[in-house]
Amino acid sequence: MIAIIDYGMGNLLSVRKAFEYLGEETIVISDPQQLQEASRVVLPGVGSFPDAIMALSAKGWLDVLQRQIVEAGKPFLGICLGMQLLADEGEENYPCKGLGWIKGKVKRFLLTDKGLKIPQVGWNEIRPTGNSPLFQKIREGDTFYFVHSYHLVCGDEKDIAAKCHYGEDFVAAVQKDNIFATQFHPEKSQDNGIKILKNFIELKA
Amino acid sequence: MLKKRLIPKLLLMEGRTVKGVAFGNLRDVGNPVTNARIYNAQGADELIFLDITASQEKRGILYDIIAQTAEECFMPFTVGGGVRTLDDVRRLLLAGADKVSVNTAVVENPDFMREAANRFGRQCMVGAIDYRQDDNGEYRVFTHGGTVQIDKDPLTWAFELQELGVGEILLTSIDRDGTNQGLDLEITREIADAVDVPVIASGGVGTLAHLAEGFKEGHAAALAVGSLFHFTDQSPIKCQFYLKGEGIDVRIGQ
Repeated sequence: MIAIIDYGMGNLLSVRKAFEYLGEETIVISDPQQLQEASRVVLPGVGSFPDAIMALSAKGWLDVLQRQIVEAGKPFLGICLGMQLLADEGEENYPCKGLGWIKGKVKRFLLTDKGLKIPQVGWNEIRPTGNSPLFQKIREGDTFYFVHSYHLVCGDEKDIAAKCHYGEDFVAAVQKDNIFATQFHPEKSQDNGIKILKNFIELKA
Repeated sequence: MLKKRLIPKLLLMEGRTVKGVAFGNLRDVGNPVTNARIYNAQGADELIFLDITASQEKRGILYDIIAQTAEECFMPFTVGGGVRTLDDVRRLLLAGADKVSVNTAVVENPDFMREAANRFGRQCMVGAIDYRQDDNGEYRVFTHGGTVQIDKDPLTWAFELQELGVGEILLTSIDRDGTNQGLDLEITREIADAVDVPVIASGGVGTLAHLAEGFKEGHAAALAVGSLFHFTDQSPIKCQFYLKGEGIDVRIGQ
């Protein structure tokens, strides 16, 4: 059973539909206690960094996530803002502490080339950088759908699972043990996105 | 590199896809969920649904269409038409929309966009600008489905929308809509070059060459296309192959 965390941020329906399309049972949960039953956990998210951290903290998610994901090792997938929240700190609106699972900071794009727009909206090519099982059957140059103004700058190069380029190189995905996350939206990236979600459900729990 | 986008635009009326000329003379062009499936299979980059159903009571049909499309089309959807309140935005996002397009409600109450962008994130909010030349030859913004003229030119309004927090601008030339005579390249370029958010240009695409012009001369980040896909045998993937051949960096359907 895949638990999708509902903390009031983001389009949960698409994520749920995509896993159901793959034949997976899903549950959308807004009570941290329900996390216990899940074998895999997805943290989606659209919105601002501080709002999201506040929402997670207000509903009591922080401790439960720490226990179930970091300590118990359940496979975890963060999507978009759900990836950025894993960092030590975000700078969106004002400096704000993140979950601190992935070493690094979330920064706004610095676009020197005037032709580039913020947010980055659309399909961009990625380059898997390691051997993350999340990117099995994904090749360099495959495209995924991105919508974001901020990106995670990793403090530890070996956490990076894929890179992308928008005015500058940036991190498109991370992996650290059982913790996976993508800046792009696999649930909106047609066949390539479905492959990523399939890889996630095929990970050994 | 970020790809240039090609976006089928589906105009909805009482549960059917329709298409007209200069916002009038509507013709039925099919079932929107079926249309969406076809465009999805043909590698469209996103979809735009604009509902022009007059009565609010029939609003539920739109939510059903979005939810049904979301069952099997794993791509981004922008939905608009008659969005007036934060609750309208929320309901569309819950039904499966990724972005919500707003026109009239922002003109009447600019704070609405500011609040919506704050609450849902600016990447969720699309500012739609419908414009045409008035009797004096001045470009003017129109609301209420092209029926009410506002005393603003599209460039000024584009800047204001950006300030209010839109994440994208959907720019439509009413004069060109459905004419197959090509995009309004001049205004498209003027606005695309001036603002920092992506501009989706729309209105007038009738040939493959018009698509290439929209990117090369109009400097659009994306093109929204109705008639070319509804009424000809062109499909998103055929257009992408053509554009690639023209040296434009597009995604070829995956």
